[in-house]
Amino acid sequence: MLKTFPKGGVHPPENKISSGVPIEAMPLPEQVIIPVNQHLGAPAEAVVEKGETVKAGQIIARSKGFVSANIHSSVSGKVLKVDKMPDASGYKQTSVVINVEGDEWLETVDRSKELKKNISLSGEEIIKKCAENGIVGMGGATFPSHVKLSIPQGKKCDVLIINGVECEPYLTSDHRLMIEKPEELLTGTSLLMKALGVNRAFIGIENNKKDAIDKLKGLASSYDGISIHALKVKYPQGAEKQLIKALINREVPSGGLPVDVGTVVHNAGTAFAVYEAVQKNKPLVERVVTVSGKGLDKTLNLLARIGTPVSKLIEYAGGLPESTAKVVNGGPMMGKALGSLEVPVTKGTSGIIIFRDEESRRKEKGPCIRCARCISVCPMGLEPYLLMTLTEKELYERAEKDRIMDCMECGSCSFTCPANRPLLDYIRLGKAYVGKIIRERKQK
Amino acid sequence: MNKLLTVSPSPHEYSRESTRKLMYGVVIALAPALLATIWFFGWAALIVTSVSVVSCIIFEYLIQKFILRIKPTITDGSAIVTGLLLAFCLPSNLPPGLVILGALVAIGIGKMTFGGLGNNPFNPALVGRVFLFLSFPAQMTTWPLPGGFNASFTDALTGATPLSILNENYDKAGIDVLMSDPELSMPGYQELFWGNMGGSLGEIAAFALIIGLGYMLIRKIITWHIPVSILLTVTVFTGILWLARPEANADPLYHLMTGGLLLGAIFMATDYVTSPMSKKGMIIYGTGIGVITVLIRRFGAYPEGVQFAILIMNAFTPLINIYMKPKRFGEEVKNG
Repeated sequence: MLKTFPKGGVHPPENKISSGVPIEAMPLPEQVIIPVNQHLGAPAEAVVEKGETVKAGQIIARSKGFVSANIHSSVSGKVLKVDKMPDASGYKQTSVVINVEGDEWLETVDRSKELKKNISLSGEEIIKKCAENGIVGMGGATFPSHVKLSIPQGKKCDVLIINGVECEPYLTSDHRLMIEKPEELLTGTSLLMKALGVNRAFIGIENNKKDAIDKLKGLASSYDGISIHALKVKYPQGAEKQLIKALINREVPSGGLPVDVGTVVHNAGTAFAVYEAVQKNKPLVERVVTVSGKGLDKTLNLLARIGTPVSKLIEYAGGLPESTAKVVNGGPMMGKALGSLEVPVTKGTSGIIIFRDEESRRKEKGPCIRCARCISVCPMGLEPYLLMTLTEKELYERAEKDRIMDCMECGSCSFTCPANRPLLDYIRLGKAYVGKIIRERKQK
Repeated sequence: MNKLLTVSPSPHEYSRESTRKLMYGVVIALAPALLATIWFFGWAALIVTSVSVVSCIIFEYLIQKFILRIKPTITDGSAIVTGLLLAFCLPSNLPPGLVILGALVAIGIGKMTFGGLGNNPFNPALVGRVFLFLSFPAQMTTWPLPGGFNASFTDALTGATPLSILNENYDKAGIDVLMSDPELSMPGYQELFWGNMGGSLGEIAAFALIIGLGYMLIRKIITWHIPVSILLTVTVFTGILWLARPEANADPLYHLMTGGLLLGAIFMATDYVTSPMSKKGMIIYGTGIGVITVLIRRFGAYPEGVQFAILIMNAFTPLINIYMKPKRFGEEVKNG
């Protein structure tokens, strides 16, 4: 029996169309748009000005505060402007726009393909390297990695978890990375272990990526303390709390963090980025982005520079098909629909999924028939139908008591509802109100 | 690339399940029992069933169109399910006029007064059935014996049901004595299983109902919690009574296969709208139905109690929903 998390979950069609397509470096665009806020926490502060010449890997925005991350230029060229530009959310935010000239990198960056397995730095130095090089969680939440690696006083961590689950349909960027860069990924895992001071690491991979499991299993024996675990395919297994439960059977308390149960979770893509940052001194300036969709002629796993406009990725994949109705940044379950394609790839962009018209329509909603499917699929043990009703009736106190803030917005309830009720839409609204009430209470 | 794109919040992917598919799934699950009852009661069964289904659909349409003035939703299949279930708890010789009246009460009072699908506190089919049962006790408790298509509709042979014989003989004679009495002509286990006996249309053939249960479980229309907890409770409760005094009680197997128990446990109690939402709640609800059923059967005035048991527990459903929450993730910290 394969391990999985016990409560809830759904099985959307996997549609991993691009799983056999090797990672390909995307040609440089003419222009990149690099937002100063690509992570959770405080936005970084731009340190370059209009007209300045920058090299690839050069810092262009410095982190402000502990929970923040440095931003580096992903290309060489001239800064056209530092201005408010729309990002994937549709809101405008400060971005550095660079016109690309050549491809000149900082001398300190080691761009050779040579594998460097020897770890010479101490744990603290590793964390410092991650912070310097702007490493953030690459699964989509983009939490600054150095913050996660700094265990708070009084807390203990005894095991590292590497998230190679990639439970979202369509996305294959982590899958390809695990197949094509396994040694780098395992070295990155060892670096993370050293930074955390743990001697065990579990890499969890869903069983629909057998080739990646076999490859890593074959190599892991030469790395101390790293074990590979195949997991049953079930969404949302890549959610931090669910993955911890599946792998080491510990339950993160409501409102708590993984470190409360002695573990830290990092994405497979992050482990690779950590390897590059520490061993090669390379900042996080490019990432693998899956470009996929049923209407596309060819699907791709592109190694794209941060700041490349989404439109360029789609152009490279053969252009937007006539049938396109929706373009999603991220996976179909939790990704955000884009209003414009002239927004940049950022550190958290795992995929660009193109939906055809017939796939992108919501069906007409009917009355709740109280079938309780939303309850049985909720991985957090909540009652989505009730949370929706409470939000509709503006009963926010009851919604808070019924743990609306535990919702991680995985979308399993809306996915499964036979009456097509917009459960998650309402729960999001309810969370916003309840969050406001909680903040006001704290201020008193 | 100046195309207008659809923007909507996630998720962007949806399952293929729909209310309509679920309802038609229940209809398919009811098909074996329908075929069995047509086999045993012939034209009479067909007439009662079709009158019930058609009048349920028509009443739903008329009420939605002319009284509520909303878009009729008769294609969602819920009226068909109500119609079938109502017919399944009626005797085969019930005059069509009474069937139509039952359908009007089921849809009109049982369902539409509360706002239609999803809002009714009581199972509509049972509301219709209980209304007929209390208003026309004579017609509702005359059970023609199976005669297939050869039986004439008007003067079919009628007989007492096993449960009413049991009801008269509790504390007097055990099941083995009653079954060996040729005058009572109590059906044996085989007849109970295949359905060759008098009774309401849908409740006679145990095997057909069990096929329906299997289908609904495999198709994931319902979960096991409600039917299993009802049947298990009835087995345990009647088992205790039987073991204590075999000379005065019927054995659990006989109880399980007679009357409307299987039909109720599999199709009526599992009605989404009127049953609890959490697994814990479902088990409490099912246990309650099991206990009340046996109490009414064994100690009450009526020979059969499933219908009342389900309606009583329907009334408790909102309360159960409030107190029986699913186990939240991260509620208790467990370190493995």
